[in-house]
Amino acid sequence: MKVLVAVKRVVDYNVKVRVKADNSGVDLANVKMSMNPFCEIAVEEAVRLKEKGVATEIVVVSIGPTTAQEQLRTALALGADRAILVESADELNSLAVAKLLKAVVDKEQPQLVILGKQAIDSDNNQTGQMLAALSGYGQGTFASKVEVSGDKVAVTREIDGGAQTVSLSLPAIVTTDLRLNEPRYASLPNIMKAKKKPLEVLTPDALGVSTASTNKTLKVEAPAARSAGIKVKSVAELVEKLKNEAKVI
Amino acid sequence: MTILVIAEHDNKAVAPATLNTVAAAAKIGGDIHVLVAGQGVGAVAEAAAKIAGVAKVLVADNGAYAHQLPENVAPLVAELGKGYSHILAAATSNGKNILPRVAAQLDVDQISEIISVESADTFKRPIYAGNAIATVQSSAAVKVITVRATGFDPVAAEGGSAAVEAVGAAHDAGKSSFVGEELAKSDRPELTAAKIVVSGGRGMQNGDNFKHLYALADKLGAAVGASRAAVDAGFVPNDMQVGQTGKIVAPQLYIAVGISGAIQHLAGMKDSKVIVAINKDEEAPIFQVADYGLVADLFEAIPELEKLV
Repeated sequence: MKVLVAVKRVVDYNVKVRVKADNSGVDLANVKMSMNPFCEIAVEEAVRLKEKGVATEIVVVSIGPTTAQEQLRTALALGADRAILVESADELNSLAVAKLLKAVVDKEQPQLVILGKQAIDSDNNQTGQMLAALSGYGQGTFASKVEVSGDKVAVTREIDGGAQTVSLSLPAIVTTDLRLNEPRYASLPNIMKAKKKPLEVLTPDALGVSTASTNKTLKVEAPAARSAGIKVKSVAELVEKLKNEAKVI
Repeated sequence: MTILVIAEHDNKAVAPATLNTVAAAAKIGGDIHVLVAGQGVGAVAEAAAKIAGVAKVLVADNGAYAHQLPENVAPLVAELGKGYSHILAAATSNGKNILPRVAAQLDVDQISEIISVESADTFKRPIYAGNAIATVQSSAAVKVITVRATGFDPVAAEGGSAAVEAVGAAHDAGKSSFVGEELAKSDRPELTAAKIVVSGGRGMQNGDNFKHLYALADKLGAAVGASRAAVDAGFVPNDMQVGQTGKIVAPQLYIAVGISGAIQHLAGMKDSKVIVAINKDEEAPIFQVADYGLVADLFEAIPELEKLV
């Protein structure tokens, strides 16, 4: 079975971003970029499916700038077999990304597509669901367990009230939650080997996809700052403050 | 302008987040209709009809909608939604699961987790784990939006008298089926609706030690939450996680116990009215957002706190 994994290049999760002075966005100049943490979990899950003999080929795809090749090489070092970059210098919205991924799905015909549930930059949590809608496939979002058997996949999902399990007909879309697995680190020999694995570069035009969006970001601002309060010396003082100053208990 | 709000419910009762979503719809302005899709949802529809400001309740009562499977519910919402100016759902795990699928079917981009309404087409939403706030304008004919409940004070659950109307053909895509669920059972208030939340982190050391927090929470009538570290370590189940990718809470009082304060955790609780941090590490970043910080061993401080409140 062929598995397609989508990954996104985003600001590293340890970086505290700053809003640009002109409010046009956040300042990403000279900031460390990495693979989105949920996408790392998606790659890991695909590699584990291959190690179990369920997956036969892992194709990793990214939609983004030329530099996203770094994240694709990381995925190749972790165990993906080949990579596709759909190159776009513009920041694309989720629907455009989903349409581009749909074009790749049509071309590659994977049985399972695994994506992160959300990217930690835009925090949209949309692309996997949109890809499922455009492909007409079932979706198992926020997955904490994925089990393929025959022509079905059982996905256990993290939901507000606890956990839910659904069964989907293949092909299907899965989006990963935090506790699906713990991603491995790439070994040095595998990083070297990944440099020789195939990486194809496509463009939205070549795929015949319009990347127009109905959303327009007008401005980006820093959130209202919350200032540090005071340190209390004892539990008794804390209770006194909460009762008489904050009046919350 | 007419706005369609997707009711959040469990086939038995309307979830509180629906009231916050109706509040966001009221800020946009125009008639508000509420869709109740599910199975055996007569009582839910009746309750929805009483929500203040709701003009009409649409009921799609069918086995295909019993478990909110997005493959079945999204086509229904997309079909009904075409005639509306906006489609709104709470940014719950259901809303997040279903609404992007609706947006794609309508060929529009969704606006996720709005925290304020600037005008009928312009909204504010947090990005980068709440470290930036984007103002986003939508040119879509039907604006598809999820609503972060903490951004909007709920409307009254009583006082309305909307008409109730059965709608929609059954959509059963046949792509998915419900296998089962394990829902957490608790007598404490629901995390996202509680006035006081007590949360524990890695500093709790193990799941058994959470009993100290449960005891304190029960004295305060509080809900109990956790940081990602505590959930990852297996101390408590995932439904207790507060943070960027867990639950977003904004109670009157948030007590963070043994939580260092990673930005991903702060993203889920920094809009709380009063924040208390109890941590033995005085350098912990949580103190930078806390109104009251106590540098102490939590195993001494929590039992004492429980006695004094």
